[in-house]
Amino acid sequence: MTRFWQWFWALVIGVPIVALSAWGVQDNARLFIVTFLNGLTLASLYFIVASGFTLVFGLMRNVNLAHGSLYLLGGYLGFFAAQFTGSWLLALAAGFAAAAVVGLAMQVSIFRFMPGQDLRQTLVTIALSIVIADCLMWAIGAQVHQMSPPPWLDGPIRNLPVIRAYSTYRLSLLPIGIVIGVALWLFLNRTRVGMMIRAGVDDRAMLAAAGVNVNLVFATTFAIGAGLAGLGGVIGAVELSMVPGEDTRLLLASLVVVIVGGMGSVIGAAIGAAIFGLVETYGLAYVPTYSVVFTFVILVLVLAFRPRGILGRPA
Amino acid sequence: MSAANWRGAMNVEPRAHGAPAPAVPARAVGAPPTARPRFKNPVRVRHLLVLAFLLAYPWFSTPFFTYQIGAQALALGLIALSLTFLGGFGGMISLAQMTVAGIAGYMVAIFGTAATDGVSLGWPWWLAVLIGIVLATGAAAFIGWLSVRTEGIYTIMITLAIGVAFYYLVLQNYAIFNGFQGEQKVFPPTLAGIYWRDPTPFYYLTLFWALAGYLFVVYLLRSPFGIALQGIRDNPRRMHALGFNVTAHRVTAYAIAGAIAAVGGVLFTWYNGLVTPGSVGTSWLINILIIAVLGGMRHPVGAFLGAIVFVLLQNFAIDVFDRERFNLVIGVVFLVIVLFSRDGLLGWWSALSVRLSTQRGETRWRSARGRLYAR
Repeated sequence: MTRFWQWFWALVIGVPIVALSAWGVQDNARLFIVTFLNGLTLASLYFIVASGFTLVFGLMRNVNLAHGSLYLLGGYLGFFAAQFTGSWLLALAAGFAAAAVVGLAMQVSIFRFMPGQDLRQTLVTIALSIVIADCLMWAIGAQVHQMSPPPWLDGPIRNLPVIRAYSTYRLSLLPIGIVIGVALWLFLNRTRVGMMIRAGVDDRAMLAAAGVNVNLVFATTFAIGAGLAGLGGVIGAVELSMVPGEDTRLLLASLVVVIVGGMGSVIGAAIGAAIFGLVETYGLAYVPTYSVVFTFVILVLVLAFRPRGILGRPA
Repeated sequence: MSAANWRGAMNVEPRAHGAPAPAVPARAVGAPPTARPRFKNPVRVRHLLVLAFLLAYPWFSTPFFTYQIGAQALALGLIALSLTFLGGFGGMISLAQMTVAGIAGYMVAIFGTAATDGVSLGWPWWLAVLIGIVLATGAAAFIGWLSVRTEGIYTIMITLAIGVAFYYLVLQNYAIFNGFQGEQKVFPPTLAGIYWRDPTPFYYLTLFWALAGYLFVVYLLRSPFGIALQGIRDNPRRMHALGFNVTAHRVTAYAIAGAIAAVGGVLFTWYNGLVTPGSVGTSWLINILIIAVLGGMRHPVGAFLGAIVFVLLQNFAIDVFDRERFNLVIGVVFLVIVLFSRDGLLGWWSALSVRLSTQRGETRWRSARGRLYAR
């Protein structure tokens, strides 16, 4: 793309956004900024869940459509762990561990035996998502579960300029998302296992030929990816709520985030999550009945101009 | 030589030297046509038997079986047929087929008559149905245009995202789609003195369209377009090099599948008498995939087989287990099929008949050649 076209598209996309933002600030600055913060914190949750999805997809070409069910599973187990121990951090650990164990079991007992069969693996994940969702409904019921935030994150932060007060827990999602993102980046770029995973994303066969136990790498990645969904579940159990149907919502979020950001790229997931979170929240705040249309428009625009997503590379 | 290459070679070779077809047990609906020289009458005794059974079915079954089992299976089978056509022969698994069917249903309700007066325009039923099918076909072509920009496993994700987005749209939008309630009381018309929602007329209505759709797909798969589509499924790059416009073929396949799904969607809406966000929700998007995979995607008849099994499970499996646990039952059945059969019930059927005929002393190769599906 030449310099001219870069400027052209930056103007075409940027000017309306700046104009709308200016109108939003001028019209109701408080609403605009609160919506902005809500969007970013929601994006942080989406990023945590979707990064697991994109990690698994990038390495194994496995579209794990049971990712939403793992999110719900982690959320429920975190909820009960919090009830039992009273500690939010233990709940986080429990959610992560539960989803990671289920993910590991899926990889070791099923997907290991069908390498390279993308479609069949996807069909299996669909079947598993139905089974897990229904088992959860059977065991826990269809009523809404909502977790309370830990005491040290409870209540609003007061005395802020313009918006006056904002929920501490929601605001804390932002650093949590950034910490997880940075940790994931360090893990992938600075550790030996991360190096193997990146090598596997580029060329699985060559990695195996180099003497690496690919099955072990796959199992580790799948456990981490599923665990991130569970971790997101515990975080989302406070901000959103746990109820059958949330799995679909987070699955849609993960799908849109990785389609927009580029499949297999963690940084792409962060960009996609920021776009999707902001658009969804602004849509809900300003044009409630058509908010999902904006999501759809973004999907269409990205697919029309960058079929592999913003940071996607050919498979 | 890979399996795909073998299939490709089999397609290209003229079948003039066609070996005499091995004797096939003529029992089940799912029996695929045997290899044979071209231009011979493809109708076999078993086809006539199945047709006679289907025509006579309402006369010896109860209204419940005619309507709830027969008509529902045929309407769902028609929607699943669109996915079988797209997935089995175009190599594109779209999860948005129920969305297309739902768009047709919604349009019939919006342009025709439904219980919600403020929303419905109340135009004559034939116009509403026509508009519904045309708009749904257009939507399908648009979905196709979007999703063919990427390939393979990406398709399933993009179509799922589109389908779920449409679900949230109709759920949140009250001005046009009437939100959570959806469109109630969308009934077929009274025509020629017959109320077409009565079990027997409605059964024949769905049977007519199911047969029309089935024969259309079978015909289409042998037309130049169908052969090219299957070539694109097996090797898009080679077809592109041969001068075929791969994208145009794929989008056309989406549009054709969309038209089939739209007809099925109108029938399914009339069957239910309503169309709600629930009928285009994730579970129904996936149910259509389950039906198609359950039956098998290598022959159009698989869609109807899968639909029959699905509807029977839906109505009777819950008597054995808990009424609430239908999803668990269907999930486990789907899991077992996906794990243990390459091609659903049709796959099991062909594996079984290969085993039977090799026991009778035929070679594996001859037997497998006899099993070649309509392609």
